[in-house]
Amino acid sequence: MGHQRVKALDYDDDLDSDDDYFEEGEGDGEFLLKLFTPTQKNMRQGTIEVKAALDDSISISDKEIEEALWHYFYDITKSVTYLKNKHAPMPTKVAAQKKSKQVSRFDRAANSAMNTQVQNASGTVSPYPIPQKPSLEHAIISAAEFFKDVPWLKVPPHRRGDIIIEPLYPRGGLLGGSSKPSKLAALAAARKKKLESEKNSFAAAAAVDAAEQPTDKVVSLLDRLNIKGQGKQDVAANVTKNEISSASVLPIPTLRKYPARRKRSSSPRPAETREDKPASVPASDNLIEILDLRAPPSTFAATMIGAHRPEPRAQSPEGSMFSLYANRPEVANANPFSGPSPDDIVMNAQAKGNKSKKGPLKQPNGGKTPSNLADSVSSLTVEEAPKVKSKNLNVLEEFEKSNMKRMANFVVIGHVDHGKSTLMGRLLYDLKVVDQRSVDKLRKEAENIGKSSFALAWVMDQTSEERSRGITVDIATNYFETEKTRFTILDAPGHRDFIPNMIAGASQADFAVLVIDASGNSFESGLKGQTKEHALLVRSMGVQRLVIAVNKMDTVEWSQARFNEISQQMTAFLVAASFSPKNLAFIPCAGLTGENVIKPPLEKVIPGNWYSGPTLVEALDASEPAKRALSLPLRLTISDVFRGGVIHPISISGRLDAGSLQIGDSVLAMPSGETATIKSVEIEGMPADWAVAGQIATLHLADIDPIHLRLGDIICTPSAPIKNVKSFTAKILAFEHVVPMSVDVYRGRMNAPARVSRLVAVLNKHSGEVEKKRPRIVQPGAVARIVVELEREMPLEVGTRVVFRADGNTIAAGLLEIS
Amino acid sequence: MRLLKQQIDRKDGSGFATLLPEEPEDMWHAYNLIQPNDLLRARAMRRITKESDSGSVASTRIAMDLTIRVTSTDFDVGSGQLHVAGKVAVESEYVKLGSFHTLDLELQRKFTIEKADGWDSVAVEMLKEAIDTTKRAQVWAVVMQEGLANICLITEHQTILRQKVEVPIPRKRKGGLDGHEKALDKFFSTLLSTLLRHLDLPAQTTPYKPLLLASPGFIAESFKSYIHAYATRTTNKPLLTLLPSILVAHSSSGHQHALAEVLSDKTVLSKLSDTKYARETALMDRFFELLRKDDGRAWYGPREVERAVEKGGVGRGGGVLLISNALFRAQNVVDRKRWVGLVDRVREVEGGEVRVLSSLHESGKRLEGLGNVAAILTFPLEDLDEADENEVEDGDGEL
Repeated sequence: MGHQRVKALDYDDDLDSDDDYFEEGEGDGEFLLKLFTPTQKNMRQGTIEVKAALDDSISISDKEIEEALWHYFYDITKSVTYLKNKHAPMPTKVAAQKKSKQVSRFDRAANSAMNTQVQNASGTVSPYPIPQKPSLEHAIISAAEFFKDVPWLKVPPHRRGDIIIEPLYPRGGLLGGSSKPSKLAALAAARKKKLESEKNSFAAAAAVDAAEQPTDKVVSLLDRLNIKGQGKQDVAANVTKNEISSASVLPIPTLRKYPARRKRSSSPRPAETREDKPASVPASDNLIEILDLRAPPSTFAATMIGAHRPEPRAQSPEGSMFSLYANRPEVANANPFSGPSPDDIVMNAQAKGNKSKKGPLKQPNGGKTPSNLADSVSSLTVEEAPKVKSKNLNVLEEFEKSNMKRMANFVVIGHVDHGKSTLMGRLLYDLKVVDQRSVDKLRKEAENIGKSSFALAWVMDQTSEERSRGITVDIATNYFETEKTRFTILDAPGHRDFIPNMIAGASQADFAVLVIDASGNSFESGLKGQTKEHALLVRSMGVQRLVIAVNKMDTVEWSQARFNEISQQMTAFLVAASFSPKNLAFIPCAGLTGENVIKPPLEKVIPGNWYSGPTLVEALDASEPAKRALSLPLRLTISDVFRGGVIHPISISGRLDAGSLQIGDSVLAMPSGETATIKSVEIEGMPADWAVAGQIATLHLADIDPIHLRLGDIICTPSAPIKNVKSFTAKILAFEHVVPMSVDVYRGRMNAPARVSRLVAVLNKHSGEVEKKRPRIVQPGAVARIVVELEREMPLEVGTRVVFRADGNTIAAGLLEIS
Repeated sequence: MRLLKQQIDRKDGSGFATLLPEEPEDMWHAYNLIQPNDLLRARAMRRITKESDSGSVASTRIAMDLTIRVTSTDFDVGSGQLHVAGKVAVESEYVKLGSFHTLDLELQRKFTIEKADGWDSVAVEMLKEAIDTTKRAQVWAVVMQEGLANICLITEHQTILRQKVEVPIPRKRKGGLDGHEKALDKFFSTLLSTLLRHLDLPAQTTPYKPLLLASPGFIAESFKSYIHAYATRTTNKPLLTLLPSILVAHSSSGHQHALAEVLSDKTVLSKLSDTKYARETALMDRFFELLRKDDGRAWYGPREVERAVEKGGVGRGGGVLLISNALFRAQNVVDRKRWVGLVDRVREVEGGEVRVLSSLHESGKRLEGLGNVAAILTFPLEDLDEADENEVEDGDGEL
């Protein structure tokens, strides 16, 4: 009784959920309805036969028998079995399970061909290579259980094949099954299961319902049959799909043999069996589930399973999502990499250590899910990190082999508010290094605090302080590449207070871009201020080539006169600062609007179209590749020490001034004199095996305490360490008066208090001969030799370029002579 | 320092003075006053070993007054401790003449100095300065830059570096802004807790000494607002009362020598104009300004200054002799005499002004770089350095 009631109650729901196929069948509905009506005679006849077949002990109403007959499409045997089972001690489960077993594609095809009831010959052998119908006595693994670790899509063929091994023998019935309309059966089962919990409360009402509206029920059943029939006629595959969707929620009889099943499936199956499977085993075979263990998948999901079956995917034969990898040697060994990656090591260890909690699933192609990655990452930290192994590369050879694109680092310098950051923001934006969306976001944020013109600068200025104050404080590093060269931008702060940071940036640069504000008095004030100081600084740090971007040309209407005036003044000044005129390039541009940054300005922008020279990017591209001190011993100035995340607790970055390094190298940090091992290397944010002079590399270190690493320290090779010195003699070019005084000594990021202890001599600017011994004071512009005493020992060697500053002014720059 | 007793002959300067140091600064004065060969008498603890006739040895610690002839002095700036080593000059029951002893001068424990060669003008002036009980300005200063701070106490006579705070701060980096800001916060909290430990606010009697914060950029400003936020959050009353006396100034770096720059700042000067430090700093600035002009009116270095004084350049109407008190601490008696003579000559014969700069102040350190002595002349003098080129070749010494 319960069965019917449930059906009646749930009818509408089913309609909804099965909309997909119903729609398709709409057109043929009426025809099919007619087709099926005459079978009422069969129904009556069948009822009598079933009654006869059933034991007396079981009392079953005619209605139930009719119902069963409907389900089994007048298959007497099946109906009888169904009814018997239904009223047996485990009624619902067995019945449903039986039904599910009969859902074979062949069955349905045969079924649809038949219009009248056919008595199944119980001895008939299925033409399929595999028996379609599992016997009741056989343990059946639930479909849901079996599939619970399977993604909804792409059921792998070998996975499906597991079922084949199950000794499923034909049971009485034509072609190993009855003519039961499995679709209906599935629906019934689904309804039953869904409503099992509600059954009690609704039982009474349902019974009334069922009794009062038998016609309705018949109609509804017919409706469904119509659709069913249509489906059958359409495509067999289609039916299968429907089957799967409904089958996934079918009840299941028992779990008895579950462990045995598991054991068998965990071993690799013969390939031939697997090959057969996709064709021979309809998915309906597997459509069994453990009762009430988990919620059934949504119709959508179920549909999706059927729709995309064929793509194979490595799967676990066992219950866990993560179980496959560990137990499948062929997968585990299918590592395309030469050695075991850290992930592999962890996974293997996990598999060994804890079988029940399997290693993360990993595709042979290296694909990982994010959660797996997180898993392996966290396990990595728990485990003892494997000792870093050097690949013993010949880095110089590798470098030549790699045939890398030209690389250049340039520092962007100039007076404060001359638009350095904005120009670079524009450059990156126009080169699509920064996407529209982030720029739009920055624009909005900038407008919110009323500084809309700062939006592009914020691409470079990222700290809250820089943004709220509208100035750059520290070097911002960014990358872009043109057809010829890979560039690293070092955007320096213009404010005089942050010149130490600018020096740090300039020390990493191959050439410099000097940004000059063309408007109003800005150029003039800059020339007195940091335009001058920066230019002198970069020159004294060895930068030879200068690209002068005459910025904000839009504010002076692209006046050629103004451009020429600035060019002339700057050329005079820069040549005096010992830049060679051929190494200077003047480029008019407008950072805010973007003219002549990467695209030449439109004709109407420039009055008279007087400028036809290169754009800023073209000028950058024209730079000569810097010479690399590849064969010298390693020298790297630390420009940043940070925590690179959980895996890399100590990371440093900086430019390799000389030499090369590779993963696994042991390096020496000076002045602390501590050694460290290079765990990994990153260049421009990408992992690398080695780095050579001229590159700005990020090194992840091991075996060192961060206390021994400070900004400005030098990383060198233990075989040729740099020495710590307490005092040194330097040949300097004075920018201001130099007397014996307290100074700050700058070398890259390094910044140390010191004292000029003695002025040894003033030298001739050109010949270098001593002009005056023991001068009282060194005048600006003079070249002199001085002795400097450091407050504490610093790693410095002969030939190092240093800058001396005092009271916020750069007083001199020089070259170490004797340390 | 309190003068308990004084008996100094005006004519030949012979005599003694008994002093009672009351605060750590007084140790610095004592350090400047006590010269080698002086007689120093103070309370001392000495372990006395006695061997009885039977041969057993008994050792006892006995407190006694000891007089020693000073051989060397040792001053620890940080803790303000002065150790004076010498030979016992007056025999007593327990101690033999000529045995060595090191006296540890302590606060609230009197001592007596008797000058070997009499009290010269510089010594008398130092004594006067030491016993000057007028209110002295003291300023706490924090010179800082990102990741580095020097906590200093500036007193009338010395600048004491109390603590250096260094916290590594990662630079800004793509995707690494978090680290930068976290580290900055950590830097501030470390600095503040260190600073509070040194200030020892609740123990101080009001009014609090002003606190000077100086840095390039906005670090000092940010730190001030950090203190403000901290004080408000924790309702730290002493700190809240300190807040109004916090001064923010600009310096070009966070190193200690940047203090000189801070103290020449006009706004800071107006608050500290009374301190000797500020006056000295202003004077040094003036000297350097003249030196840059290179018109022959500013000279530095022992020989040059001596020569300038000889030629009467450091006289009435603007002549200033800047000299570091380090020179008067010279272990060599002859050297000291040389400098005392120079000071006396400028003051009494030439009529110029003499400024003895404390070698523990930044200004004194700047002067130290110039050979501890410099002069601003009333008229330009050229080529004071030419004549001695040859001497320099072999001598190489500044002094």
